[in-house]
Amino acid sequence: MSNLVTNVGHAHGHDHGHDDHHHDSGEMTVFGFWLYLMTDCILFASIFAAYAVLVNNVAGGPSGHDIFELPYVLGETALLLFSSITYGFAMLAFFRGNKKQVLGWLAMTFLFGLGFIGMEINEFHLLISEGYGPSRSGFLSAFFTLVGTHGLHVTSGLIWMAIMMYQVQKNGLTATNKTRLSCLSLFWHFLDVVWICVFTVVYLMGTM
Amino acid sequence: MANAHSHNGHDDGSHGSVKSYAIGFVLSVILTLIPFGLVMYPTLPKSITLMIVLAFAVIQVLVHLVYFLHLDRSQAQRNNVIAFVFAAIVILLLVGLSIWIMFSIHTFMMAK
Repeated sequence: MSNLVTNVGHAHGHDHGHDDHHHDSGEMTVFGFWLYLMTDCILFASIFAAYAVLVNNVAGGPSGHDIFELPYVLGETALLLFSSITYGFAMLAFFRGNKKQVLGWLAMTFLFGLGFIGMEINEFHLLISEGYGPSRSGFLSAFFTLVGTHGLHVTSGLIWMAIMMYQVQKNGLTATNKTRLSCLSLFWHFLDVVWICVFTVVYLMGTM
Repeated sequence: MANAHSHNGHDDGSHGSVKSYAIGFVLSVILTLIPFGLVMYPTLPKSITLMIVLAFAVIQVLVHLVYFLHLDRSQAQRNNVIAFVFAAIVILLLVGLSIWIMFSIHTFMMAK
């Protein structure tokens, strides 16, 4: 009996220590993810630099002025901005402890993100079908690389979000899910920041 | 727990509130519509439009960092801010120097 009590006491102490450790490691995970995002920034910076160098090399093909449609880009921008604020509301619902609202806002964010990717694929499809694919000129190679890399990030974010909706549905608002959703929050808002640079440098400066 | 969060200014800083998201959203809408409007309906000289578009992009990035990514001067965010400033310096050097080098090459080798 005494042995059992000792064991329980020990197990409890261990559990408590583990909890504390877990709390810390959650914060460290989010910080580590932030560091990853900073390196991702540098990846995008390199592609932006390549785009800036290649933007005038149109090889007799179209320039940005000929192929960009700003109202369409404004629509994409709006979808991404809406998805940013709905993700914010999902996080706020998480901190209020309302699982149903978390899932609702995440689903809405997912749909906005999906709409953005759909518009981007449609834009790429139209350009390629007109013969303005990435192999047409240095400008178009750089354009497809830059905008495509951003689109690929958004697609990964969508897959991640779908997985998180499943995990929240299944496991509820756990500490692990909080850490994961916090990382995804950073990722999602970060992609909106990159998009500001994309629509400014590529679409607005290209049309000007 | 929820009450503790909404009444604690420090915690609000780390994950925001409806108000901070709303402010960020409204500012972003304004900072997006003005540059798009200026480029779609050109009214100002090109160089001034370019300056405004670039300035608004920088401001909007800062708005997102503060209102959506919750960077601030609190202790909890210090390491994040340091990492961001370091990355920003690397990015400025990377992009600025690459463009400088490549356009210098262009000028020296193609112009004459």
